[in-house]
Amino acid sequence: MSTVSVSNLSKIFNEGKANQVGALVDVSLSIEKGEFVSLIGPSGCGKSTLLRLIANLLEPTSGDIVVAGKSAKQSRLDQDYGMAFQQAGLFDWRTVTKNIELPLELKGWDKTKREARSREMLDLVKLPEFADHFPWQLSGGMQQRVAIARALAAHPPLLLMDEPFGALDEMTREHMQAELLSICAATGTTVVFVTHSIPEAVYLSNRVVVMSPRPGRITKIVDVNLDGHCNETTRERPEFFAAITAVREALRASGSHGHTGVGVEDR
Amino acid sequence: MSRLRSFAAAAKPFALGMGAVVIVWQAIVWSKVKPTSQIPSPAMVADALGGLWSDGVLLSSVWNSLHRGVLGFLMSILIATPLGLAVAMVRGVRSFVRPVLSALQQLPSVSWVPISIVLFGTTSTTVYAIILLGAVPSIANSLVSGVDLIPPTQWRAASMLGLGGLRSVRRVVLPAAMPGYLTGLEQGWAFAWRSLMAAELIASTGDLGSGLGNILTVGRNSQDMSLMLAGVALVLACGLLVEKAGFSPLRRRVLSSRGLAVV
Ligand SMILES: Nc1ncnc2c1ncn2[C@@H]1O[C@H](COP(=O)(O)OP(=O)(O)O)[C@@H](O)[C@H]1O
Ligand SMILES: [Mg+2]
Repeated sequence: MSTVSVSNLSKIFNEGKANQVGALVDVSLSIEKGEFVSLIGPSGCGKSTLLRLIANLLEPTSGDIVVAGKSAKQSRLDQDYGMAFQQAGLFDWRTVTKNIELPLELKGWDKTKREARSREMLDLVKLPEFADHFPWQLSGGMQQRVAIARALAAHPPLLLMDEPFGALDEMTREHMQAELLSICAATGTTVVFVTHSIPEAVYLSNRVVVMSPRPGRITKIVDVNLDGHCNETTRERPEFFAAITAVREALRASGSHGHTGVGVEDR
Repeated sequence: MSRLRSFAAAAKPFALGMGAVVIVWQAIVWSKVKPTSQIPSPAMVADALGGLWSDGVLLSSVWNSLHRGVLGFLMSILIATPLGLAVAMVRGVRSFVRPVLSALQQLPSVSWVPISIVLFGTTSTTVYAIILLGAVPSIANSLVSGVDLIPPTQWRAASMLGLGGLRSVRRVVLPAAMPGYLTGLEQGWAFAWRSLMAAELIASTGDLGSGLGNILTVGRNSQDMSLMLAGVALVLACGLLVEKAGFSPLRRRVLSSRGLAVV
């Protein structure tokens, strides 16, 4: 059984009004347990919309979404997934530690267990000395790392991440990518990951879903076969470059308007 | 120790301001524009306060008014908070309750005093009714505005954590709306205190224990200007006490923990 199954999904914003936007049209996608899938495409092609639909933060105009064998709403209420947004979305009145502990608190974990896990998470995102700071006392990139720590804290079976590393410097970004892969390898977590960086998508994913805008739809799914992920030499292997080329070509081919790949980076 | 020092630092400009008022006041008395029966000197007012103190009236009046005011204010919070949350979060409730709240908020609650006296007599029920009518709309409306100003990113973060309904109220909605809510509480207290004084002035007889409004009424009936000014000074002092000892530290704590400027 797949962890996420999306069929014939469409999302139209402001339907019937002058500012109507067809954000997604007839999108079908099935993601298996333990799979790492990236969504890539020029900005405005509906990546965030698709992720929010899976997270049940939006209602689809038509189509079905099944997450962990349940309706999207039920799995949201059951906290089956952890999510990190483009904007960190932390709670300003809670310290960094308290933000990370919130999902654990909601799951009814006791204090000692919560504190142990949040310390572990802070080490992971390399912010142990900021435990008692408030989010507004941190830089944008640091806030994003706290949001990632919060998403990972409960070890949810499904992770939904929307350009989570966008505000990070290159060094931290590579560290976080490696950590994410090792967590997934250790826990069998399924990940849906939005990015606009081709190398990032290829490095992290089993499959890269290429999307195109107006209307937003899936134009190609590129399989990446880099077994033995998660080591320093991956980025130098010929398979890595082959996959990058395949994704880039898919992006180019999907751009029927001639200005393909707008907003997609090669770094 | 440092708290004491910061209190002293805050009290200094206030003491200077009040000192200036007393000096100007004394100068007016010395210039003899009016007889001291109409503009009594600061010393005479101080005497009147001393008299109230030795009679035991000062403490009992302050206690009567303050505890009525605070009790009425706490009742207002208990009513206004769920009401404000319901208006802010339930669309059906909002559409018809919000206009009523806004209408009530601009209506001076003193206008209810005559009706209330006819209904309840000059009892504490009347006093509390007037306080509630003054404070509840103001607290509830500010809470609604506070909830309306919560950014979408915070709602989204709450939803993705599986929070909804009452659980989200405690963990997200109330804390996120706290700055606006606090403003509402401060405003609500000001309304409660004003309403109480008005009610005490108008309904000063009957089985109500005598409060600060009563001192003013006694002063008026005996044409005792010093006593009335002593009463005014006590009303002012009580209002300031609640503001400085209650709300200021609370506001400072809430705002500074959110990185918001503290004024
Ligand atoms: N809440 C919304 N209301 C109206 N239009 C929206 C809303 N959210 C997204 N859109 C539109 O839907 C399209 C897809 O947006 P989005 O999913 O954010 O793209 P991406 O994440 O791929 O950059 C865009 O044209 C955007 O303007
Ligand atoms: Mg986006």
